[in-house]
Amino acid sequence: MADTHKLEIFRGLVKFKSNTQKIWGVLIFLSIVTAIEVVLGIYKPEVLNGHFMGMKILNWIFIILTIVKAYYITWDFMHMRDETASLRRMVVWTGVFLICYIIFIILQEGQYVGSVFTNGFVKHDF
Amino acid sequence: MNTTVADTGTDEKTWGGGKEPLKASYGKLMMWFFITSDALTFTGFLASYGFSRFKFAEIWPIADDVFTHVPFIHGNYPMIFVAFMTFILIMSSVTMVLAVDAGHKMDKAKTTIYMFLTVIGGFIFLSSQAYEWTTFIKGEYGAVGTHGGNIIHFVDTDGNRVALKDFAIGEPKERTQHLGKNGLWFTSESSLPSYTFDEVVAGFEANENILVKTTYTDKETGHKTILSRNESLKELKTKGKNVVEGANLIQNEYGPPLFANYFFFITGFHGFHVSIGVLLNIIIFFNVILGTYERRGSYEMVEKVGLYWHFVDLVWVFVFTFFYLV
Repeated sequence: MADTHKLEIFRGLVKFKSNTQKIWGVLIFLSIVTAIEVVLGIYKPEVLNGHFMGMKILNWIFIILTIVKAYYITWDFMHMRDETASLRRMVVWTGVFLICYIIFIILQEGQYVGSVFTNGFVKHDF
Repeated sequence: MNTTVADTGTDEKTWGGGKEPLKASYGKLMMWFFITSDALTFTGFLASYGFSRFKFAEIWPIADDVFTHVPFIHGNYPMIFVAFMTFILIMSSVTMVLAVDAGHKMDKAKTTIYMFLTVIGGFIFLSSQAYEWTTFIKGEYGAVGTHGGNIIHFVDTDGNRVALKDFAIGEPKERTQHLGKNGLWFTSESSLPSYTFDEVVAGFEANENILVKTTYTDKETGHKTILSRNESLKELKTKGKNVVEGANLIQNEYGPPLFANYFFFITGFHGFHVSIGVLLNIIIFFNVILGTYERRGSYEMVEKVGLYWHFVDLVWVFVFTFFYLV
């Protein structure tokens, strides 16, 4: 098993000599991403307060960086990169499809209930 | 194993059995399927959390105002402590994957050390979470709850938060907490707040430079709206109902009750997963020391539990984003 690891990340941009080295490399990458998130979370730059597709740009950045982190945790720490394509698809696509679906229906409904609260006849602050 | 499987005479055929199209053992495959279903559980929780945030978009508290505590240090440091927790969990993920790697090489000594470090990392994370919960439940400034279930905060003219104890005028107390042992044994109540609502109002009237900060977020600035002195008085007297200190499942001093409920529920459920992970890691750790896997000739058990441990880390990455960043 030890020599069957794929040792490239970033689509072959960075190539490691051993699995151990790759683990440390991924750790450094994840730490940098977390550091960026924390710095943005503390300072919240004004520039990024604009809205894009109904959400703050800053929040888009946070969510995208989170998915990037999730990708590297799954692919390199959980060795998804080394599994067969069918196992990978079985786990990942099932999850991705169901997660997108539940997020869509629930957030859609939340927005509706929110609009009832703000525009409807129900008073909730008294 | 081979002896127990009957020879069906279909060995050469595609569906004859004995093939491993996924090149993974049964145990590992099942762990992956468990992780997928558990991921959906957490998705359900986080999505319902999102539902409530969309529903109460305007009055949801800002995380940076709530999670500002760092152990042993006084002051206002948003994000720092959670970032530390995230780093601890990622770090323990790294030691775990190093243990798996050492296991592949049948290196018992290294696997032992790395498993030990992983367990320690798990304990540090759990104690951090205990601290986080304690400060959250205790609260810092206190607030006034309204009839509609909203929260009123107090600030000075510079916009800094003011604690209730700094301005409320204490009066001699007659009301004592009702305990099951000295009254009706089948009823009891939670501990009384340090001040009554009337004392807070009296203190507010006496201090000219204290204003009310509502839970409504100003769309332009992203901060909570601060009312003028006259509006503040009106807000407090018409809407105010009781004093809230800290957090429980019914009321909390940070925002809508759902905020604390989701915080307890989701971080609690994640913490529960971490506890289970630590337990499994300890079992594996002792099995490694005892040489169970050495005799078995394979350290795959370390890898399977490792998958679970990484999954816990993965969930935390999302909890971190949606509770503390967004």
